[in-house]
Amino acid sequence: MRYMLPIIAFGILIGVFIKGLDPTRDLNALPSPFLGKEAPAFDLPKLKNLSERVSSSDYEGTVSLVNVWATWCVGCRQEHEFLKSLAQEGRLPIYGINWRDRREDALEWLDVLGDPYVASGYDHDGRVGIDWGVYGAPETFLIGKGGTVLYKHLGPLDRARWNQHFLPLIHEEPENIE
Amino acid sequence: MNVRLALIGLMLVPSILFAIDTGQAFEDPILQQRYEKIIEEVRCLKCQNQTIKDSNAFLADDLRREIRRLLSDGKTDQEVFNFLVERYGQFALYRPAMSGITLVLWAAPVIFIFAGVIVVYRVLRKRSSMPIDLEEEVAVKELTG
Repeated sequence: MRYMLPIIAFGILIGVFIKGLDPTRDLNALPSPFLGKEAPAFDLPKLKNLSERVSSSDYEGTVSLVNVWATWCVGCRQEHEFLKSLAQEGRLPIYGINWRDRREDALEWLDVLGDPYVASGYDHDGRVGIDWGVYGAPETFLIGKGGTVLYKHLGPLDRARWNQHFLPLIHEEPENIE
Repeated sequence: MNVRLALIGLMLVPSILFAIDTGQAFEDPILQQRYEKIIEEVRCLKCQNQTIKDSNAFLADDLRREIRRLLSDGKTDQEVFNFLVERYGQFALYRPAMSGITLVLWAAPVIFIFAGVIVVYRVLRKRSSMPIDLEEEVAVKELTG
């Protein structure tokens, strides 16, 4: 009995270490306050044609991805091939928010690497980025049919993370798209 | 000698000259004061141990611009903080609101002090109830007569 306290304290410490030293833990990842809440609206000029608009009402009623990207972002380059294969599979529309970028660089990027997006909004001054609580690209939001944020992923997306975090949530959506 | 003097001179240059955000943002001194106070309270999420006052990350720049916009729109300090918390969570504030999970953060120092007091109290009580040995007893008797 007299050893109970040290044992409990030791157990708590071990728990903290297991969580804190987990090599797969992303140190920069913060919980998004938008999870389970309605996604913020946006309305931006289209990157490829500034006289047209792309807005959050474009994907109303469909499960979709909103991907925040920029040409200066290494993680965006990493996940680009995966986003392309996702777009090819046609599972769900991917909307891009080109964040804090130079337009000519962004256009060249899409030209050279391919364009997985239905459309990308051009968020040159980062206003929309702030509304979405973006603090580091790439960030990927899964938006449900009802317009709520189902999941937010920080950092490059790949097949494993997609299968682990996104697919189960997509299957949960009513009349899922698969 | 001149080099030495120059170096000393350089050391005397106040580091405030290298501060990121030195420009006067508002004509109104009260608004300027509020602005400076707010940006000292907001964490730059890109560089998590800096305030947006100290950071030159473009995110900090964007956030400062938004805060200036909100203040010139006549928003209160609390409304500015709410704006940030809605988007970035309590983590954006250096002094998060006392609610929910952050209560643990606020309560931790009190809990630790309390635990420490209990430990000290118990140790002292145990010591004072310990029997003194014979030698000590003799010494005490001699002293007290």
